[in-house]
Amino acid sequence: MKPESAPKKKLNVARYFRPLLAYIVLILLILVYRALSPVVFRLPVITAMLNQGMALAITSMAQTLVILTAGIDLSIGSIVTLSNCVAATQMQPGIAPTLGVVLLVLLVGSACGFLNGLLVAYGRLAPIIVTLATSSIFNGLALYVLPNPGGFVPEWYSEALTGRIFDIVPTALLILIFLFVFIWTPLKRSPLGQSIYAVGSSESSARMSGLNVQRTKLLTYTIAGTLSSMAALFLAAQTASGDATQGGVYTLNSIAATVIGGTSFTGGVGGFGGTLAGAYVFAIIPNVLFAARVSPFMKELLQGAILVLTISLGAARVFQVKNRLEIMK
Amino acid sequence: MALLEAVNITKRFGGVIALDNASFSCDAGVITALIGENGAGKSTMVKVVCGVHRPDAGQILFKGKEIRPNSPADAVKLGIVSVFQELSLVPHLTVSQNIWLSDPILDSFGLINFREQSRRTEALLAELGFEGIDPDAVVLDMPLADRQLVEIAHAVHRNPDLLILDEGTSALAAREVTLVFNLIRRLRDQGKAIVFISHRMGEIQELCDVTTVFRNGKDVKSFPTGSLPDDEVVQLMIGHKLEKSFPPKPKRKQPPPAVLEIKDLSWENALHQISLTVGRGEIVGLAGLEGQGQGDLLFALFGVYAGVSGEVRVEGKRVNINSPTQAVDPKIGLAMIPADRKTEGLILPMTVGENMTMAILNRLSRFSVISRAAENDAIAKMMRRLAVKAPSPAVPVRSLSGGNQQKVSLAKWLLTEAKIYLLYDPTRGIDVGTKQEIYHLMRQLADDGSAILFFSTDLDEIVGMCDRALVMYEGRIVKELVGSEITETNLVSAALNLGEKTSNHKEAALA
Repeated sequence: MKPESAPKKKLNVARYFRPLLAYIVLILLILVYRALSPVVFRLPVITAMLNQGMALAITSMAQTLVILTAGIDLSIGSIVTLSNCVAATQMQPGIAPTLGVVLLVLLVGSACGFLNGLLVAYGRLAPIIVTLATSSIFNGLALYVLPNPGGFVPEWYSEALTGRIFDIVPTALLILIFLFVFIWTPLKRSPLGQSIYAVGSSESSARMSGLNVQRTKLLTYTIAGTLSSMAALFLAAQTASGDATQGGVYTLNSIAATVIGGTSFTGGVGGFGGTLAGAYVFAIIPNVLFAARVSPFMKELLQGAILVLTISLGAARVFQVKNRLEIMK
Repeated sequence: MALLEAVNITKRFGGVIALDNASFSCDAGVITALIGENGAGKSTMVKVVCGVHRPDAGQILFKGKEIRPNSPADAVKLGIVSVFQELSLVPHLTVSQNIWLSDPILDSFGLINFREQSRRTEALLAELGFEGIDPDAVVLDMPLADRQLVEIAHAVHRNPDLLILDEGTSALAAREVTLVFNLIRRLRDQGKAIVFISHRMGEIQELCDVTTVFRNGKDVKSFPTGSLPDDEVVQLMIGHKLEKSFPPKPKRKQPPPAVLEIKDLSWENALHQISLTVGRGEIVGLAGLEGQGQGDLLFALFGVYAGVSGEVRVEGKRVNINSPTQAVDPKIGLAMIPADRKTEGLILPMTVGENMTMAILNRLSRFSVISRAAENDAIAKMMRRLAVKAPSPAVPVRSLSGGNQQKVSLAKWLLTEAKIYLLYDPTRGIDVGTKQEIYHLMRQLADDGSAILFFSTDLDEIVGMCDRALVMYEGRIVKELVGSEITETNLVSAALNLGEKTSNHKEAALA
């Protein structure tokens, strides 16, 4: 390595503008929260906040990958639900059987994603329709597996995932670091990751360059499924139970978090870095409202307003487009 | 034996024959030019050779063996690499990511080593003489010319035995063309075969060893470049075509009063100081090679582009047209028949009648309710006037033939009673009979007092239809031909901008 030989390249501010915006909004929200409630920076509160956003952060990573290929996955919430129900019905008190169930759940999620991928990549069907349909299927399966909320989740399992290690470091923080350093970063730097960006940026150019577009899409949806079941495993620890009605919210919220984080809906631009901020923006809003003694019914209103505001700011580039026909493309 | 021999290739697209038993060959260590008019089959031949299209008949021999590439990737493995007119780089990736996209450099973890890719890209660009390009720049942010250079570097990086440049220099300025030419000559001297397609005759004369002419999907002649005089080459490209009958042109003693006047119209890098007038009852043709700004000019007039500068007057009054909605306002009275009737001109699943009245629904409505009687009247009038062949106006427009679809597209704008018609290649892909009908309709419109600005890729049409023809080259009007001056030979030599360009490149090469 000879860093001195490479001339310093100018950082492209415009390219980082949208993710940066998400972090600015997040920091503003945290500051407002701090002003309203002085306990915010205490360890138990931090841990609780990290836990609250975790499932959304993981599902949003799944959604980000799919949206990067210029697709969309409306079944993420249902995969969470199904995986969560499988976890709650199968878990046993012992450590070994629980780990077995964890593997089973990951397998279920991956299989769901694989099905989506097959239909989208090789069936050449529109992602929005495919995942809308499979989302109903997965939901139906979840109700079949666990018709009434309940099930069992070992206490040690909940403690381990939602607590703190040595009573200092929140496990959730470690999970986030793990996601970023050991899943997202290698993926982004792998040939698969580059194919994901290339396919989303221009599918025809990717094909002309000899990339396997179909395989890339198949793997992307499969990984999205795996990640969704990881989110479900965390959710099971958090709620200590299963519920066939509880995962649906992650579909639309993961899309919102991805968009706030600056990933382009037309594909090829963005990443988990921004999405992570987007997810926590969404997760923290109820806390801020509670601290401000505003009715929790205002939650969705405020989430919607923040979503519209950030994407409007991010869409300012439209004013630079010279060919009006291209704005719609 | 030639390195590549494509023998008796036929390729049809629907009913259109793009290649008709055409053959093409090129040798190692030789730069071969492939020239011909728009639609002569040059690009189709290239796409057949490098696996984009499968030929319907014929055989491709490469290094003496028959090949059947199924995709560009297949062709690359065989040693055939092409740089296409439409750029094939992934826009959101960097230069180095694009160059190494299909075989990335991996580190010991199996991850892409971006630093190494970038370093080697820098070395590659330096070796090719393209030093100004930053290997870490994102393609989307780069000027078109640099992208084209990257595209060429991308192709050379794959170390082909046969390199095809299909309009691969169209976005380059003289200095960059010189760089690329030096590179191409070096590759030739290394024993590579190069096929060079360009509309710039000057470039071909300067660079190529052998010239092959295509016409109407057939190979016409191959000869050492420079061995035939220019006008003979132009003759070979034009050939003898089916005579078409055009309605007679009116004789005028003096120019008619102007309906549309444009002064110094410019837009981005595509249009430069365009000034023209179209008079009452006049048909003015926009000629020249494809992609010299003719389409952009029509779009700019119609309010599709933002940031257009210059002055537009309609019947002497200065107007500002910022959107198609303003353009079709009766006070301005523009109508545009777009090139792609399937996406921009018509809404295919809707009925013939619905498509026809789409632009005048306000006029047919009272209190926001469409008057069916008035609508049916208008539709019936148009069905008769244009002789649209459809079982009824209630069938979806999709079910009609191409020619009749175009009639519906025309009818839609005729109903607006526009003063000025912008026609973008209105007869492309239409059968001969319907073409005649459209020609007569155009002349009738003009005789009724409309002004028509007309772009066509078919030279015959410009010759047969236009009272005046304006030839465009690289976003400028380079020549105006009036009345009997409008001949195919004059149009082609003006379109190729013979003379001027040649000297430009000679200067550049000397510099």
